[in-house]
Amino acid sequence: MRRVYPNKDVCIGCHICEVACLTAHSASQDVVIAAKEEVASGLQPCKAVYDKGQISVALSCRHCDNPSCVSACISGALYKDQETGRTCYNEEQCVGCWSCLMACPYGAVRRNVTKGKIIKCDLCEGRDIPACVEACPNNALVYESR
Amino acid sequence: MLFKPISQNFSDFVIDRENDRCINCEVCVRQCSYEAHYWDDARQCVSHDHTKCVGCHRCEAFCPTGCLTIKKNPADFRDNALWTPTYMKHVYKQGDTGGILLSGMGSPANKPIYWDNLQLDASQVTNPSIDPLREPMELTTYLGSKPDQVSFEETPEGPKLTTKIGPQLKLNYPLMFSAMSFGSINLNLHKAMAMAATELGIAYNTGEGGLHPDLYKYGNNTIVQVASGRFGVHKDYLNAGSAVEIKIGQGAKPGIGGHLPGEKIDEEVSKTRMCPVGSDAISPAPHHDIYSIEDLLQLIYAIKESTEYKVPVSVKIAAVHNAPAIASGIVRAGADIVVIDGFRGGTGAAPTMIRDNVGIPMELALASVDNRLRDEGIRNHASLVVAGGVRCSADAIKAIALGADAVYIGTAALVSVGCTLCGRCYTGKCPWGIATNEARLKKRQNPEVAAKRLANLVRAWGHEIQEMLGGMGLNSIESLRGNRDKLRGLGLNETELDILGVKHAGR
Repeated sequence: MRRVYPNKDVCIGCHICEVACLTAHSASQDVVIAAKEEVASGLQPCKAVYDKGQISVALSCRHCDNPSCVSACISGALYKDQETGRTCYNEEQCVGCWSCLMACPYGAVRRNVTKGKIIKCDLCEGRDIPACVEACPNNALVYESR
Repeated sequence: MLFKPISQNFSDFVIDRENDRCINCEVCVRQCSYEAHYWDDARQCVSHDHTKCVGCHRCEAFCPTGCLTIKKNPADFRDNALWTPTYMKHVYKQGDTGGILLSGMGSPANKPIYWDNLQLDASQVTNPSIDPLREPMELTTYLGSKPDQVSFEETPEGPKLTTKIGPQLKLNYPLMFSAMSFGSINLNLHKAMAMAATELGIAYNTGEGGLHPDLYKYGNNTIVQVASGRFGVHKDYLNAGSAVEIKIGQGAKPGIGGHLPGEKIDEEVSKTRMCPVGSDAISPAPHHDIYSIEDLLQLIYAIKESTEYKVPVSVKIAAVHNAPAIASGIVRAGADIVVIDGFRGGTGAAPTMIRDNVGIPMELALASVDNRLRDEGIRNHASLVVAGGVRCSADAIKAIALGADAVYIGTAALVSVGCTLCGRCYTGKCPWGIATNEARLKKRQNPEVAAKRLANLVRAWGHEIQEMLGGMGLNSIESLRGNRDKLRGLGLNETELDILGVKHAGR
């Protein structure tokens, strides 16, 4: 399956992928409204760029073959879609126990404090290429099968 | 903010932030290496300081909401035809520092650009034009000394060339990437130039900073440069390339040497240049072993010996008043290629006064050097390459019609990967990741992306050159070389037309 792979050698730490992610998951699909209004009601990007020294890298769900988060999930909100191979998330079922946060070896699952639920990458359902990959100005994110 | 020298108060640019659209994402803060944008803790929002803006437009290009516009500072000094703001700001700056004014990139001064006063010819009715999409159109160029005459012998398979032709540098396009040293620009861009040159079948020039070990594999498309500092020069280096260039002068700063600030010398640059980390790398103004044409001859032949006469040797000079006589001496000293770098040529750092006031336009130098070499019957002994201020394929084709064999492109190449000519290369903080070796900044040039853009540029110019050649009824770049009948001057005086060797439009 195709996944989003970050390349730390060319990631320039601009954080534009976070903005793209936020907009792609917003109701308005408008960057200004998403960031100024929807964030207040709990909209959050599913990915985060981590910077340390000269290294930056954009982290999001790896959609692991054997996801620890799915094993850890107590409510069945996280599950593996056998057809697409994606690790899927049903927000309604999430109880906010944060078990998956502790289980994820990549730190790719994040808390949505406003909603009391988790948030994670869904590979931009409905888009051919995830928004972060499209927006990356330096080809530091690629969407491919490896 | 409150107490600043006057030089900083008269900023060149102002940052216009449309607050309704600003989402405080801090992309601008992270992109600006001059810290013009910052997170304002007191106001809890992104803010900016105009006086730090160098006008590179990086923030504008990266702002996800398009809320930023960098504008020229509208604050006007009282009109004065003599004392323009440029000169006043120079004086303020020198009052502060007591130092030489430094500049990056080629001269922006308003001086004649002869390309704009030359028009190309086209075929009509009597000599049919050629469609390069349907018929072959040759751009292949060979740089190197050509024999005075050739002899053949008859063999059963047909005539066979018996004249031994000296080493040639083969180019699929009459274009090359100029000398920009590793150090002045970073390894990512050197790699990108090497990759693009290899893909295109042209050459790039290492500049005077040596060749990084990772790039030896691109040697067939590399011209290795030997300059007065002799940085990174050793036997393997000389033999790594497909040509060797002796740099005597640079168009942006004729008569003076080079100075790579210590800040730009990291571990890799230091190893490649063979000089200590963090120490300034200073190239002297002259080569200390060249004080005459005879001395130059010795260096040319020392290089030819060490490369076993397998590659052409080039000599690069800045376009100065006596360029024709100097070029004649260079050819007689045994150079296979002569490079003339005009006063608009780029640089990573040059004293502003020298950049803007020394040297002559490449167009005039080219025409007069080509004339002189023809008059002396030695034009075929060396190829003529020009550099400095070629902005488009039309400039390049006009240079070839004036007598050049090939054209170096430096500034155009950098612009294709993002350079906005902000001219602060000497600070080592290039926000576009070009003229910097800072680990965080140089990553902004992804070699794969940059190589693709460079290759695209040369291919695009190649197509345009083919179209223009076809329009003139020519099917080979060789047919245009030195063919000044294909040029006409527009609005040039008699002296200019005479030097350029072209008729005025209408004649």
